[in-house]
Amino acid sequence: MTEAAPQTLDRDREVMTVNVGPHHPATHGVLRLVVDLEGEIVRECRPVIGYVHTGIEKSCEDKSYWKVIPFVERMDYVSYFFQMEAYCGAVERLVDLEIPPRAKYLRTLFLELNRIHSHLVWLGTTALDLGAISMLWYCFRERDKILDLFEMACGQRMHTRYFQVGGVIEDIPLGFEQKCRAFAEEMPIRVGQYQDLLDRNEVFLQRTKGTGTVSRERLLELGVSGPLLRAAGEPWDLRKAFDYLAYPEMDFKIPVGTVGDNYDRYRVRVAEMVESASIVRQCLDALPEGPHIADDRKYVLPPRSELSTSMESLIHHFKLVTEGYRVPPGEVYYSIESPRGELGCFVLADGSAKPARVHFRDPSFVNLQAFRDMALDTYVADMIASLGMLDPILGGVDR
Amino acid sequence: MPDAPGLELIRGEIERDCPGAVLATSFDRSQAALIADPDRVLEVLGWLKEQPGQRYDFLSSLHAADYLPAEPRFAVHYELINRDRVERIRVKAMLADPGKEELPEIDSSVELFPTAEAQEREVFDFFGIVFRGHPNLTRILMPDDYVGWPQRRDFPVGGEPVTFTYSEGRFD
Amino acid sequence: MLRGDLEGEDLEQYVEERILTTTFEKMLNVARANSIFPLTFGLACCAIEGIPMAAVTARYDIARFGAEAGRASPRQADLMVLSGRVSIKMAPVIRRLYDQMLEPKWVMAMGACSSSGGMFANYAVLQGADKFLPVDIYVPGCPPRPEAVLYGFTKLQRQIMGNPDQGWRQRYDAYGTEEWARGGPRSQPSPEAAEAYREARELSLA
Repeated sequence: MTEAAPQTLDRDREVMTVNVGPHHPATHGVLRLVVDLEGEIVRECRPVIGYVHTGIEKSCEDKSYWKVIPFVERMDYVSYFFQMEAYCGAVERLVDLEIPPRAKYLRTLFLELNRIHSHLVWLGTTALDLGAISMLWYCFRERDKILDLFEMACGQRMHTRYFQVGGVIEDIPLGFEQKCRAFAEEMPIRVGQYQDLLDRNEVFLQRTKGTGTVSRERLLELGVSGPLLRAAGEPWDLRKAFDYLAYPEMDFKIPVGTVGDNYDRYRVRVAEMVESASIVRQCLDALPEGPHIADDRKYVLPPRSELSTSMESLIHHFKLVTEGYRVPPGEVYYSIESPRGELGCFVLADGSAKPARVHFRDPSFVNLQAFRDMALDTYVADMIASLGMLDPILGGVDR
Repeated sequence: MPDAPGLELIRGEIERDCPGAVLATSFDRSQAALIADPDRVLEVLGWLKEQPGQRYDFLSSLHAADYLPAEPRFAVHYELINRDRVERIRVKAMLADPGKEELPEIDSSVELFPTAEAQEREVFDFFGIVFRGHPNLTRILMPDDYVGWPQRRDFPVGGEPVTFTYSEGRFD
Repeated sequence: MLRGDLEGEDLEQYVEERILTTTFEKMLNVARANSIFPLTFGLACCAIEGIPMAAVTARYDIARFGAEAGRASPRQADLMVLSGRVSIKMAPVIRRLYDQMLEPKWVMAMGACSSSGGMFANYAVLQGADKFLPVDIYVPGCPPRPEAVLYGFTKLQRQIMGNPDQGWRQRYDAYGTEEWARGGPRSQPSPEAAEAYREARELSLA
């Protein structure tokens, strides 16, 4: 082009603003992106959220402490056990309640099963976005096996309300251990099959290698945590950093990436699935005997068999079910490692039977701030790949 | 977390460098908190982030709470983590409600911690706390034209009464 | 079979056994019911358990009902499954999507939240999608099992085969496409067009 070219170049450099979502096959939920495109290159990307804002935090202020549990599990609707654990852990800190060891191991077991479940949903839908459509069917086949396990132990496939303040609501039934163990043995083989499908697939590699790279320092500045941060090379995992539940006794590795592009994020999550299966097996091996929920009748419902014999139990039961327990005033912030990053729960208690404020620090909400960095100056197709690898769950983002 | 004596040491050191910025400390249920003066909260956060012995450089969460009917009413909480020593510390800035038609204000910490951008918008959206110096302080989760600050304690939970077939005429 | 194999009565009986007579509308309804294109639209938790996720996958296969071709564009879809809570910010978007769908179209309110607001009785959730959309079938549950969604789906299919227009759509002003519903310059039909439309509607009801 000669020096007289600028006029024609101007016309070529016209920027078009396109709305992606909130109804779009490739946004994972109702996320709206207002994207300024120059040709196929993304020049500016503004996420607009709030389309599934449910006011869960406000609703929680109106309910007694144990009624909050079904509310909070519907935030990040794929990893529901993690929200229950964050909230129950926070309330247990507030009332200084120690949960029995069997409950700790059961909670860890279900948390890791839920982590595998979340990563399977992620892998199925992200591969679907990138064009590898068969992955959806294979991943959901395994996911159905996990949901069968949940249904066996908790009675419902999703949103199980299984964790209670003090432990878990019911012990695992007979036959659960065999089924779970068979699943944990089979999971690494399946993950190997997924890797066979994707790892050497030229199209998948071209779309994910080298795209959506953000440096480790920038991610730390933006408060990103979880597999995104680990893929960029920072070995920060709350399970190893802050010992909670039965994780100190488990022997597992944390996969850490190097470059921080989409391919690393994919590899980190897939490796996490294998590690989680190993933790599940260790939990089953080491599951101690004992009660599955704490003994303190002020906060925990007495077993139904006692209600017909002991007057005190009846009174405790009545008090807990009608008004609920009162929590001494105070505030606590408790966070755990969810499949997407640091999930924190802030509970403010004012001495009454209802919490005064429940706030969740949701990992997807904070991770979404890194999306703009991932998508700028890349092609639209790379933006879609980055969105899949970011793994946002809009229920958590919007709460 | 820094334990109770450790927290007092931190407070002593901050007093030396930024006198008067920290109003009180609180160590409750093994969680350390510094209660800072809202006009000088950036000094406290910057000190905690940059001081060679402290280095709390990861802002894990920025959220607010409404302590009605206690005064001062609002508090903005900053949860900081030091990833090397694996320690948490909380900074609380208490804000009073200036009364009708005016919104409480505090400085924005977006320059210190870029992660605060979306979280401060959320606090503005739900409590009406204005962050001075924020690049784009608009509603993030509620519709743009919504009136009211939903998560304040005096805002009703909302909802409608459930209408059943026999009572549908009454709730017109 | 060759010419001359069967004669007279045998031939007539042979033919009678193999020809089905029906009305055009019934055939049309059978075709419509067995080839529904769902709109791939998911709002919240119910989306993971229903169309477009679990019900489409191998165990709960919705392809056996002919509905696996999910279309992302509302102009090409028949069935909108409201899977999840309808927040006040999303409601105008959903209404717009509904208006963009072409007749005949159906709406399934999946789950408790879109049927009636579910457990969220607060400022941010609409208490039921039928406050602004006509809903054809409600599937309760939180979230409903994929089998429940498929049962609702088959009920919807029977509804379609029976009678595609329930007559109560005028309550929501939901005729035709967006321009008609919004009161634009062509939203009031000419008397001839209105008469023709009414006759066609009566025919389909017959």
